[in-house]
Amino acid sequence: MLQLASLGIVLYAFWILLSGYFEPFLLGAGAGSALVVVLLARRMKIVDREGHPIQMIAAVVLYWPWLFKEIAKCAWEVSRIILDPRLPISPVLVRFKPSQKSQVGLATHANSITLTPGTITVEAAHNEFLVHGLTRASGAGVIDSEMDRRVTRVEGYR
Amino acid sequence: MSAALDILSWFCLVAGGAFCAIGALGLVRMPDFYTRMHAASITDTVGAGLMLLGMMLQAGFTLVTVKLVMIGLLLLFASPTATHALAKAALARGLKPLLAAGDDPSKP
Amino acid sequence: MYAAGAIALLVALGLALARAVLGPTVFDRLQAANTIGTLAMLMLAVLGFLTGRPEFLDLALVYGLLNVVGTIAVLKFFRYGDLGNPGEDAEQNT
Repeated sequence: MLQLASLGIVLYAFWILLSGYFEPFLLGAGAGSALVVVLLARRMKIVDREGHPIQMIAAVVLYWPWLFKEIAKCAWEVSRIILDPRLPISPVLVRFKPSQKSQVGLATHANSITLTPGTITVEAAHNEFLVHGLTRASGAGVIDSEMDRRVTRVEGYR
Repeated sequence: MSAALDILSWFCLVAGGAFCAIGALGLVRMPDFYTRMHAASITDTVGAGLMLLGMMLQAGFTLVTVKLVMIGLLLLFASPTATHALAKAALARGLKPLLAAGDDPSKP
Repeated sequence: MYAAGAIALLVALGLALARAVLGPTVFDRLQAANTIGTLAMLMLAVLGFLTGRPEFLDLALVYGLLNVVGTIAVLKFFRYGDLGNPGEDAEQNT
């Protein structure tokens, strides 16, 4: 119920911010559209703790600055590899077991790995991630990483 | 708008453009499909992020900035999903990645 | 200064287009198409600032959404040969 209300509010805010007009007709149409989407989402049963994880918002917002710092660091390294005339790559495929339990935690972890340049999650399952790394160091860096611990902390936050 | 903010936003725009171009250069230079994806992810994250940041600094606290933030969030959530889907589909189709010689660092 | 950003984006677009033409597999082309979509989105935003018409940002947002949906749809088609296929993850996640 809390999730449905939150979804409706987010959708209505999205409508208002996109339109930028404040006429009664457009405000009403926005409310109607948001309501229809919320009802459809409820009918599809995709709004629950996994599909609309409002319990994670505070922890995720705290996690983002660290993720951005990590992305900047890795992007700098990969840029140097691309601009290097010798192209010093040593691609590896790495398998490892992530420590998250819920689907939303696993998705956050997999997306974080893919967002970081130099590593891409190729397969993400409950007990095993398959990660492609651009260099041996970046591939080995995802196993039992700090990212893993931080995402688990975000997931466990209540 | 103050001059310091202007200079900062120009720096962000130029650096973002440079990272986009580097990512695209990597897309051409890299030897196989999986390594090309790493180059493309530079364009998607750092290049796009810095350009959007530069434009946000120019726009100030307006509705334009809100829309730029929405574009940034869309990239943040959608681009890794598309990349992952692409990599998974390629592996499932049997496209073998080019691997460096040496032992496997995997940990079961 | 927006012009410098726009020129850098044009160079990047040209390089991505080269990859899309060179191939060699369909996934390379899809990756190039995805990159071109991201770059076009940024280009629309920069053009909006360059010409002083922020309405272009709405176009950029819609283009970004279409880009994601398009990539996933084409991928699904090449993976299963059918857009209505539920995929192999459907039963194990319910």
